[in-house]
Amino acid sequence: MLHAEQRGQPELIGTARPKRRARPIIRSAGIRLALVYATVFGVSAFALAFSLWYSTVGLLQRQVEVAVRNDASALGDHFAIGGIPSLVMAIRNRLSNNIDGDAIYLLIDPLGNRVIGNLDRWPVGLTEANAWYELPVTRQGVGSIALLRAYPIIGGDQLLVGRDVRARTELRRVLQDGLLWAMGIMAVLGLLGALVIRSLFRRMIRDISSTTRAISRGDLTRRVPKTGDGDEFDELAEIINDMLDRITKLMDGVREVSNSIAHDLRTPITRARTRLEDASLHASTPDDLKAAIERATNDLDGIVAVFQALLRIAEIEAGARRSAFSSFDLAPLLLDIDELYRVVAEERGIKLLTSIAGMLPFFGDRQLVQQAVTNLLDNALKFSPADGDISFTATVENAVIEITIADRGSGISEEDRQRATERFFRAESARSTAGSGLGLSLVSAVAQLHNGTLRLTDNNPGLRAIISLPTRQVD
Amino acid sequence: MRILIVEDDKDVAGFVVKGLREAGHTVEHADNGRDGLFLAASENFDAIILDRMLPGGIDGLRLLETLRAQDNVTPVVFLSALSQVDDRVKGLKAGGDDYLTKPFAFAELLARVEALTRRGKTDGPTTKLCVGDLEIDLLSRGVKRAGQKIDLQPREFRLLEYLMRHAGQVVTRTMLLEGVWDYHFDPQTNVIDVHVSRLRQKIDKPFELPLLHTVRNAGYMLQTEDV
Repeated sequence: MLHAEQRGQPELIGTARPKRRARPIIRSAGIRLALVYATVFGVSAFALAFSLWYSTVGLLQRQVEVAVRNDASALGDHFAIGGIPSLVMAIRNRLSNNIDGDAIYLLIDPLGNRVIGNLDRWPVGLTEANAWYELPVTRQGVGSIALLRAYPIIGGDQLLVGRDVRARTELRRVLQDGLLWAMGIMAVLGLLGALVIRSLFRRMIRDISSTTRAISRGDLTRRVPKTGDGDEFDELAEIINDMLDRITKLMDGVREVSNSIAHDLRTPITRARTRLEDASLHASTPDDLKAAIERATNDLDGIVAVFQALLRIAEIEAGARRSAFSSFDLAPLLLDIDELYRVVAEERGIKLLTSIAGMLPFFGDRQLVQQAVTNLLDNALKFSPADGDISFTATVENAVIEITIADRGSGISEEDRQRATERFFRAESARSTAGSGLGLSLVSAVAQLHNGTLRLTDNNPGLRAIISLPTRQVD
Repeated sequence: MRILIVEDDKDVAGFVVKGLREAGHTVEHADNGRDGLFLAASENFDAIILDRMLPGGIDGLRLLETLRAQDNVTPVVFLSALSQVDDRVKGLKAGGDDYLTKPFAFAELLARVEALTRRGKTDGPTTKLCVGDLEIDLLSRGVKRAGQKIDLQPREFRLLEYLMRHAGQVVTRTMLLEGVWDYHFDPQTNVIDVHVSRLRQKIDKPFELPLLHTVRNAGYMLQTEDV
């Protein structure tokens, strides 16, 4: 299987490369992102400009129309009260008082002659009454543009009311030009923004991809540089770096284990080998031979047990056991363990002081917690003096379950406690007893698998081991 | 008993075959999956010892699945170097009755194979178990020896029940841990020995004939004769 993988890898790289070169532009995530940015920016800029234009220009237009209508209806009232003479009076008044400099009036008789008004003649092109016209007019010899509306009067006269809108037309043109310029600038800015985003994106990706590429080549010391802004890319960089730290730790673990195997398994293997060789050379009776072989077999069993424990720890640390997690109550499980060990303790004259909370709801791996707790009890029993008490308690507080096992043995010294969970570590005082130096490593690994901790403290005298486990897993 | 062993390692196979024959069983051996499947499907065995990784295109799991698909219910003990919990679960899910990892002690393998074949026969609705003058009532959970009532803790009762169900067979410490306490690992402390000796105090001590025997390098056995 390993061979197949090794063969497969270069081929994969070989086929992937030309494909990457032939990739169409739109396949670049950077450009895609930039395009999306430019589009969103452009559309929102256009919407803003259009609404600005519409509300300004449209408002002005409507204001003029309302003014003209009001004017016309006021003049209509004058006509209704006093006929043409009253109307003429009103127009004359307005013109002479100069109420609105832009106001335009023209009253013509049925023959088309001007009766009164500030226009020289009826504008060309104004043919229908009661409709809006925007036409060039001449006022006192000056050409201008006006918004006009004609009103027919009973008797055949026609009244023209309007407003000079040259200033407004100019304003509109200025606004229009300004907005067009703004649109142009926005387009350029959008494009620039897109380019900046693309290059930012590329830079981030480049950092990550160059780091990961270096790591896949075996340089595990590389990390993704952080910008320090605390932004999403920083977060991503942090996540990737965390992952790399974990991988490094696992790799170190593997290295450490292989070193440990070389060192710590050599001793029992040597012992077994020596026994066998000694027996084959010196055993004089079949009974001697049998005894030597039996002892060697026991040595080998011990080696196998160490292997088993190592594999188990590796399995736990790799997180493979999470699939076996389930919800259950820890209390009966701990009571079972208590029942299993109580008789052993009694046998040795040790009092097991157990106090387990009534309910310990937990989500995790039943077997592993079982094994971790029995490991601690094994240790406590192993190091307890006769008639020394062992306390075994379990409490739950603030969603954290604490399982404490404390003995009155020789304990572990301050500096050794730091290293006690390392694989194969054995404190000086424990060297004379049987054991592999893997028990606490396993407990620690189990606690970590459940997002918990193993703490070792002084029990004055003795060792107090505390496993803290959250009742629920937090991802 | 007629036992089939499917195992490609010559040394391991030879050792197991020899041991099983010495224990009074008839043994057939296949050194690859195809021959193993052929033998298992065409002949009648009381138990099959099956390696997981086998040459010949059919591995242990496939072999067992094929066998079970043919409604063949011969008890199967896996004997495998694959020791992870998942491997064990896979083996049992495929229809295996027990799972023993290599390296193994022959006594353990023999005890488990013999326990399996017995299990197949006595799984009826028995309510009473007897060995010599010791008898237990599974319904009332009462224990009597020579007509004398014996008080047992619930766990002691389960331990005794397990031993009685396998009366006349060697029961290893691991089997007791798995069968009575549901522990799938070996504690460093000799917990089982202590519990068995407690039980012995209650069922054997006051009586003349010992029933619960220690089998050296293997485990325990409940029977009327001496070991």
